[in-house]
Amino acid sequence: MKHLILIIFLSLFLVNSYSQQTNAESVNINQLKARFENSNDTIFFVNFWATWCKPCVEEMPLIENIQSSFKGIPVKVLLVSLDFKSQLESRLIPFIKENYIQSEVLILDEGNPNEWIPKVDKSWSGAIPACWIYHNKQEVFHEGQVNLKIIDDLLSKLISE
Amino acid sequence: MKNILSVIVIMCISLVSQAQTEIGEKAPNFTLKNIDGKMVSLTDYKSQKGVIIVFTCNHCPYSKLYEDRIVSLNAKYEKEGFPVIAINSNNPKDYEEDSYENMIIRAKEKGFTFPYLVDDKGIYKKYGASKTPHVYLLEKKNNSFEVVYIGAIDDNARAPKEVKEKYIENAIQAIKKGDKVNPSVTKAIGCSIKPY
Repeated sequence: MKHLILIIFLSLFLVNSYSQQTNAESVNINQLKARFENSNDTIFFVNFWATWCKPCVEEMPLIENIQSSFKGIPVKVLLVSLDFKSQLESRLIPFIKENYIQSEVLILDEGNPNEWIPKVDKSWSGAIPACWIYHNKQEVFHEGQVNLKIIDDLLSKLISE
Repeated sequence: MKNILSVIVIMCISLVSQAQTEIGEKAPNFTLKNIDGKMVSLTDYKSQKGVIIVFTCNHCPYSKLYEDRIVSLNAKYEKEGFPVIAINSNNPKDYEEDSYENMIIRAKEKGFTFPYLVDDKGIYKKYGASKTPHVYLLEKKNNSFEVVYIGAIDDNARAPKEVKEKYIENAIQAIKKGDKVNPSVTKAIGCSIKPY
C-alpha cells in the first residue's frame, strides 16, 4: 500500500514536470535585452521564428537540442515567435503542444519593424529564421537557417570574443 | 609576385561573393519567364521613369498581406511611369504553393496587372534580396536603371489603415520632385527566400 501511494505520488510528479507551456509571454526587444543583461553566467540563445515559417520549423529540433551547457557555460534557449498575436490561441499554443516544445516560447510585442529590427542587429534584413546569441555583454547574430556547424561556430565565436 | 596575385584573386572572390546591389548602383538586368509564358526583361522597361521590383511569393503570410497593396501601387503608378514587376524566387520543391501553376492561379485571383516572374536563375542574389516581400525601387538615370530604395512597401504589414509611412510612394514622390529618397533603406520582417 505504501508503495502504491509512493508510485502514484511519483507519477503525478513526473506528469507535472512534463507539462507543456500553455501560454507565451509577450515581450518587446528592451524587455528581452533586460533579461540577458541581468545575467552574466548564462548564454542566451534567442531564435526569431514563426509557426508559418518552414525553415524555422525545420531547424527547431536542432535548437531545442542545443546542449544545456556549452564548454561548461549554461545555455538558455528563448524561442521568440513573430506569429501574429491574433493567432496565439489558434496557431502558436497548439504548435507548442503538438511539437512538445520544451524551450521557453515568447511572443514579440513590437510595432514598426524598421525601428526594432536594427535594435537586434544592424545587418538584419528582417528575414526569419534569425538567431541572436548573447553572453556576458558579447553578442553574435545570424540571419537564415542554422545547422549544427553554424550553431557551434556561433557559440565558439561568442565565447572567444 | 605570387603573393600579390593571390591577394588579387582573394579580393575578386570576395567581391563576387558579396555581389549584391547597393543604393546608387546599377540594377542588374534579368530575363525571366512570366506567368503568361513569355519572357520579360528589365530592358523592356527602357521607356519608363522607374520600376518597382517586388520579390514576393504565394505562401508567405507577409507577402499575402501586401498583395492588395502591390496591386494598388501598380494601378496608381504604372501610368506615372513606375510600373511593378513581381518576382518569385522560391523553389516549389520547398513550397508547393509557390509553383508556376499556383503563381498563375494566385495572380488571377488577386487581379495582378503586372508581370509575376519565375526566378530560377538566382536574380534575387544579384539584388541581395533575402526575403519576401523585399522591394527595390529603380530610377532611370542616363539610360540605365539605378537602385534608389531597398526595403519595405510601408511601415505596417498587419494593418494597412495604421500605416504611417508609405516608403515606396514617398520615394516615388521624391524622385518626381528631384529630391533625395529618404529613407533609402528600411527593415521589415519577411520569409527567407528558399531558392532553386
